[in-house]
Amino acid sequence: MSDVASTREWLLTDTPSSRRQAAWGRRYRLWLQLRSQKLAMAGLWLLVGVVLLAAFAPWIAPYNPAAQDLGDRLAAPSWRHYLGTDELGRDLFSRLAYGGRVTLGMVVAVVVLVAPLGLAVGCVAGYAGGIADRVLMRVTDVFLAFPRLVLALAFVAAMKPGVESAVLAIALTAWPPYARLARAETLTIRNTDFIAATRLTGASAFRIILRHVAPLCLSSLIVRVTLDMSAIVLTAAGLGFLGMGAQPPSPEWGAMIASARRFILDQWWVPTIPGLAIFLISLAFNLLGDGLRDVLDPKQGQ
Amino acid sequence: MRRLLNNLVSVPVTLLGLAVVTFVIGRVMPIDPVLAILGDRAPEDVIARTRIELGLDRPLPIQFLRYLGQILRGDLGTSVITSHPVTQDIAHFFPATIELASVAMLIAVAIGIPLGVLAAARRGSITDSAVRVFCLTGQSIPVFVLALLSLLVFYARLGWAPGTGRADVAFEDMVPTVTGLLTLDSLLDGNWDAFHDALAHLAQPAGVLAWFSVAYIARMTRAFMLDALSGEYIVTARAKGLSETRILWRHAFANISVRLLTVLVLTYAGLLEGAVITETVFSWPGIGQYLTASLLNADMNAVLGATLVVGLIYVGLNLVSDVLYRLLDPRVR
Repeated sequence: MSDVASTREWLLTDTPSSRRQAAWGRRYRLWLQLRSQKLAMAGLWLLVGVVLLAAFAPWIAPYNPAAQDLGDRLAAPSWRHYLGTDELGRDLFSRLAYGGRVTLGMVVAVVVLVAPLGLAVGCVAGYAGGIADRVLMRVTDVFLAFPRLVLALAFVAAMKPGVESAVLAIALTAWPPYARLARAETLTIRNTDFIAATRLTGASAFRIILRHVAPLCLSSLIVRVTLDMSAIVLTAAGLGFLGMGAQPPSPEWGAMIASARRFILDQWWVPTIPGLAIFLISLAFNLLGDGLRDVLDPKQGQ
Repeated sequence: MRRLLNNLVSVPVTLLGLAVVTFVIGRVMPIDPVLAILGDRAPEDVIARTRIELGLDRPLPIQFLRYLGQILRGDLGTSVITSHPVTQDIAHFFPATIELASVAMLIAVAIGIPLGVLAAARRGSITDSAVRVFCLTGQSIPVFVLALLSLLVFYARLGWAPGTGRADVAFEDMVPTVTGLLTLDSLLDGNWDAFHDALAHLAQPAGVLAWFSVAYIARMTRAFMLDALSGEYIVTARAKGLSETRILWRHAFANISVRLLTVLVLTYAGLLEGAVITETVFSWPGIGQYLTASLLNADMNAVLGATLVVGLIYVGLNLVSDVLYRLLDPRVR
């Protein structure tokens, strides 16, 4: 117990004795602020739940997600099948758990592709200014000029429907807002005294952007990414629903709804349950993102 | 004013970019346009000749210029499915989308703005939290799930709404097309039954489509109102003893209306995107359904044509929003 107390004291001290202590102290304070927001914490726990469910799907799921049982199709939720079965008698709860892997995997893949790209484009454009800025921002504007889903659809159609193409298509349409954001942040950082001082010590532009500008853009980028993850979930599910994302028999949630939509009038739970899953995960990202914004970026939220 | 001119100059560049993007998508696709037209049984020499006729043997930059020339002449190629020119198809399907999006917009404004103002006026109260949760819910629910649930509840269970489609079979092709907006056309024709039918079919998809925008509009209204309510002129108005309603609407709201208008224009552009999925679920014969149907049949001319047109409208609305802001708000003039 005293260990915990002393760690807490070490984190919250007003006089940190090392750079590491100061950094971790700051993180701990942010965490305390976040913890005081009920809605954000609800979102966080919901997400943790979905991540655990997806990660341990092989151990949690009571059935093989692809195993068909045509004698027991479109069953209502019961103790045998917690959430019922679909049109081929496959267990919906098991498919939902495995489907979480597809959805979360797509979200992570898009973010890993997009966030560094947007950050790089925005920081370089903002820091360099002049021609480079104008060209990069014009390219950004072109991609912003299409509605996201429409452009993603056209991209997937040109490639081949599937998870990989869907991820690439969403990534191609998702980076411009990050670039805009990073550029705006960079413009305010560029003219500060500490950047001028760093430049006087002989730091290269590359070093200044990488070590001084980019880290300062991170907090607003994290907020934006978290809020955006809900949009990514919805776009991925929308592509799946339109038959352009994950393909059946993959238990991707959007594709599950698409193949079960004709049962909406009678066995309504079959398409509704994956829909509820999409809604919950998207809501979780929104709640968490909203809370993070209040903590990390108070000037944005009101 | 200089910024405005600057913006106008940048529009052609953006449009050129749009054309580049659709051209590149059209070129990277694995579908061979020659095979798509002739089928795979055509003799070698016919394939070779068609390839030359389509200009596919020329260098890519030349092909792009050719493509650009076609776009400028309003020629987006021929749709493989409908065998009409894509431009004609789009002109045929677009009014249905405009009708859907416009009614959705009206609903969203009528609900979203009062909600936002209410939340701002009672900041920190239960009402405020309720609006916040409602907005987050609205932004988190997938349009197609909402559409399916609405069909289940309002069509199947309650029987309040007619099914999918734009009009009942009985009223199909009864009303002469003037504007392409079925509700307006039936009014112009004086056909009240057709008007009722069209409106009934419109209500459900428009309500579903509006949902997402209600959340966004309410959120923005709340943020703008809070900003306005912290102004000193509000303190003055309170000191004068004006009623709270008058302060809210005549003083604070009047001040944010221009900023809000620009948001609304952008929301309208966003509705076009939601329309793609809504139309698919409700079998609404608009540009969104045209796009998805062409997608599933690998009809690339139609897909790229529709994408380009939607992009054009998007850019146009963005420009309108920017121009309105600069013309109407004296602070940025």
